[in-house]
This record gives sequence, C-alpha cells and structure tokens, in this order.
Amino acid sequence: MFSTAADRRVLDDRRGTRAMTWIMAIMLFLTVLAAALGLGTINAAGALDRELAGRLTVQVVAADPAVRDRDTEAVLAALRGMPAVSRADPVDPARLTELLRPWLGDASTDADVPLPALIDVDLSVPSEEAAARVAAAVRATAATARVDSQSRWLSPVADFMRTMIYAAAVLVMLMAAATTAVVLLAARAGLETHRDTIAILHMLGSTDVQVARLFQRRIALDTMVGGVIGTLAAMLAIWAVTGQMAGLGSQLLSGGVLTRGDWVLIALLPLIFAIVATLAARIAVLGRLRLVQ
Amino acid sequence: MANIVQFEDVGLRYPASDVDTLSAINFTLASGGFYFLTGQSGAGKTSLLKLIYLAQRPSHGVIRLFGEDAGALPRKRLPGFRRRIGVVFQDFRLVPHLSAFDNIALPLRLSGVPESDVEAPVREMLAWVGLSERSHAPPPTLSGGEQQRIAIARAVIGRPEILVADEPTGNVDPDMAARLLHLFESLNRLGTTVVVATHDFHLLGRIQNAHMMRIEAGRLLDPTGALRNPPKGPAA
Repeated sequence: MFSTAADRRVLDDRRGTRAMTWIMAIMLFLTVLAAALGLGTINAAGALDRELAGRLTVQVVAADPAVRDRDTEAVLAALRGMPAVSRADPVDPARLTELLRPWLGDASTDADVPLPALIDVDLSVPSEEAAARVAAAVRATAATARVDSQSRWLSPVADFMRTMIYAAAVLVMLMAAATTAVVLLAARAGLETHRDTIAILHMLGSTDVQVARLFQRRIALDTMVGGVIGTLAAMLAIWAVTGQMAGLGSQLLSGGVLTRGDWVLIALLPLIFAIVATLAARIAVLGRLRLVQ
Repeated sequence: MANIVQFEDVGLRYPASDVDTLSAINFTLASGGFYFLTGQSGAGKTSLLKLIYLAQRPSHGVIRLFGEDAGALPRKRLPGFRRRIGVVFQDFRLVPHLSAFDNIALPLRLSGVPESDVEAPVREMLAWVGLSERSHAPPPTLSGGEQQRIAIARAVIGRPEILVADEPTGNVDPDMAARLLHLFESLNRLGTTVVVATHDFHLLGRIQNAHMMRIEAGRLLDPTGALRNPPKGPAA
C-alpha cells in the first residue's frame, strides 16, 4: 500500500501547508554553511601545516656587522653540511628592510640600526628531533644565532583554526539535532491534524507501519526538496565567498578553498538529512500510534 | 456451520460513564447468517457493533471472533482481523479530501491489491450504488444518501467475512434502501455474515430467514430464539 500517487493522496496536502519544506531549506542552508566553514578550515589548516612543517628560521643577532656576517657564513656552512637540512638560504637584507619598513620607516635603512641576518631553513624530513638537532648545531656554531620554528610562531593561528573546526562540527551536529526535533514536532502535529483519517484507516485494517509510511514519505520529500533548495542557495553563497577569498591573495585563505570531495559531501547533506528525518518520523509516528487503540 | 462471533457475558462501560452501556450480552452468530439488530436510539446498538468490529474492547466478558478471543488480541493482530470485517459506519466516516473512487478503493489498497486490479472492482461498486458519474467527487460535495452509498461500497468491496452496517439505509430513499439490502443479501449468499443495525422495521421482513436481535437498555433480547441456537446453514 501507499506506493502509488493515489495512495499519497491519503494525507491531505492542502491542509498541511508546505512550511516544512521551507524550514528544511533554512536548516540545510545553515548546515551547509557550517559544514563548508569546517571543511574549509580543515583544508586551510592542512595547507598551513604542509607549508610550515619542517621550516625553520635562523636569526643571527649581532650588533657588529662584521661579526654578524662572519657568524652567518659559519652557520650557513654548518647547515648546508647537515643531511637533515635540504635547503638553507639567507634572506636578502633588502627584502628584510622592505618587510620592516612599515614598522621602522626610513630607520630600517639606517646602518646604525642593527638588523639581524635571517636564514630560511627547510628540513629534509620534518620532525621535532631533526629541528632540535639543527638548533643544537646552529648554537654550537655561533653564539649569536638562534633558531625559531615557523610553526611555533603560527601556533595561535593553528589553535584558532582547530577551534573553528570544532565549532563547525558542533554546529552541524546541533543543526542535525534541531532538524530531528522539527521532524518529531511535525510528525506529531501531522498525526493530530490527520487524526480522523488515521482512525478511519485503522478501522479499515491499516497497520501502524502503513500509516507511518505515509508520514515518512511526506517528511522525506519535504526534507529533500527543502534540503536541495537550501543546499543550492548555500553553495552559491560559498562559491561567491570563495571567489572573494581568492581575490584577497592570502595564502592562508586560499588554502581554505573547498575540494571536489568537499563539494560532493556537501551535496550529499540533503540526502543524509532526509534519511535522518525519515527515521525520526517513523519513530515518532509509531511511538504515538502505539498509544492509540 | 461454524460460529463466527460469540459473546459470552459481555459488558461495556465507557471510561467517562458510571453505568454499563451493555451488560450480560450473550449471543452467537453463525457464519453465513443474516442478522438484524434493532432497538431504540441509545439502547446500545452502535456500542454492540463497535465490539464486533473491534473499535472497542469489552469491559468484561469474552468475545470470540473467527474462533479467537478478540479481547486478548495483541495490537499488531488487529489490522488482520479488521480487514476481514466490512463496516458501514452510522456517520459514514469517509475521508473528506479523497474522491468517492479513492474512498471505495481504500480497503483494497490497504490489503496490498495492485493498482492495476483496483480500478475495475471500484468502478463496479460505483455502478452498483449508482454513483458512477460522481467517482471524482469528494464526500463533502455529495448528499447524505450518496455518502452512505459510498460508505457501503467501501465496506463491501473487499468481500469481508462479516459485514457490520449501522443504520445503512437511514439516509436513502426506499428504492435505494431496497437496492442496498439486495446487495447485502447477494453478499450474504456468497457467504458473508451480515449484521445490520436498523430502526426501519420495514426492512426486517425483506430478508427471508434473517434473524432479529433486539437490544433494550443495554441488554439483548432474543425474540426469535435463533441467536442462542444458531442456524445450521446460511440464512438465505
């Protein structure tokens, strides 16, 4: 029973306005945005990790330019002789001056201002142990040198990104819970609205499962239609925001662009929500009908 | 001939009431019999029918239906029993937003009859009750008599083993009443046990060998004596 268009007419669609469709559209819109935020942040965090993993910066801090140059050469030679180091290049002093100009103004070019010499180092195999060995070797070579891991500088950013990922995951779960609650309420309201029809169906020999199927199908359809509308709207919004992010030229933000797999996952959300809604409707309806004669 | 319905000292008291609606009801209906249930309004006819078609459970006593204790049936077995019983409700109980066709088709669809096998019997029933032209009409647009005919068509389309009809001719003209009674009689000849509650004493003489049950103030009278001694074969 209830597999044909004729059977679907058993519940009067005109009485129940299709508000459920629009509620589901809004729920899915918000869920997809939250999911996209989470997935984008995961991607950005991954890109940041890949970018910073195994990168060190050596600073040679000496007021005397002669000492600084000598120590820099010594450290460079030591680094280039280590198998753990795949690359060690000094940062161009002109570029360093340019980077400091916003803070120091014209003083950044003043010879009396002692700027440190910087060396960018890439490890062959990124690891804490390798970084420690390199740092020890650098300190043994020049007392004026100190080593900074780039990932340590950006650890507050990484922490923030992790928080954002957790927040997005919690949001998606909350939206799923809210959707389930809405479905439970809608199913109960539907049972009340169609109480007379259900009583007639029972008297004619309908099983509870047959009645539940009517509600399941309707709620699944509402969720799917609303979900597709909400998801498409959210995807459009994400696409627009992604375009703007690309225009910012930020390496971090461009790392947060969604992958094809992310888009597929997002596109599956209406289906996942429809399945959750269908199960919730079935449980709610069967639970209520068991209380009826 | 086997007994299809058996009431043993059955009583019924509704939760909101402090008096018994039915008390000490004892009778047996033979399979294939035709029974009239008469009595004044409020005597308990509809309540007794509700017990037969499993809309109500007795407050005490035992009801045996198709050989099983109906009062002890678990909820999940009720649909199977109800599908074997056709009911014409006094208030018709049609689904208002469904067409006459879809209302009549409901028992078939509930029983899982394929859609391709639904149309022909429904058209046949519509023709039988003279409403072929109104097949698309929803009940609220039909007259009381027309709604009653749809309700009857719905009750009999599944060829039930028992047909329970509560005042089935109350809203139709005498010609249609005779026609509907003839339909019940035809079903009865095919083996359906028919129980008709009615005020209309003119109907009682129209079915030969029909048995009469009279209910007064919640107690069953048995003027013919046939109820305590069910007939050995079909009534007609």
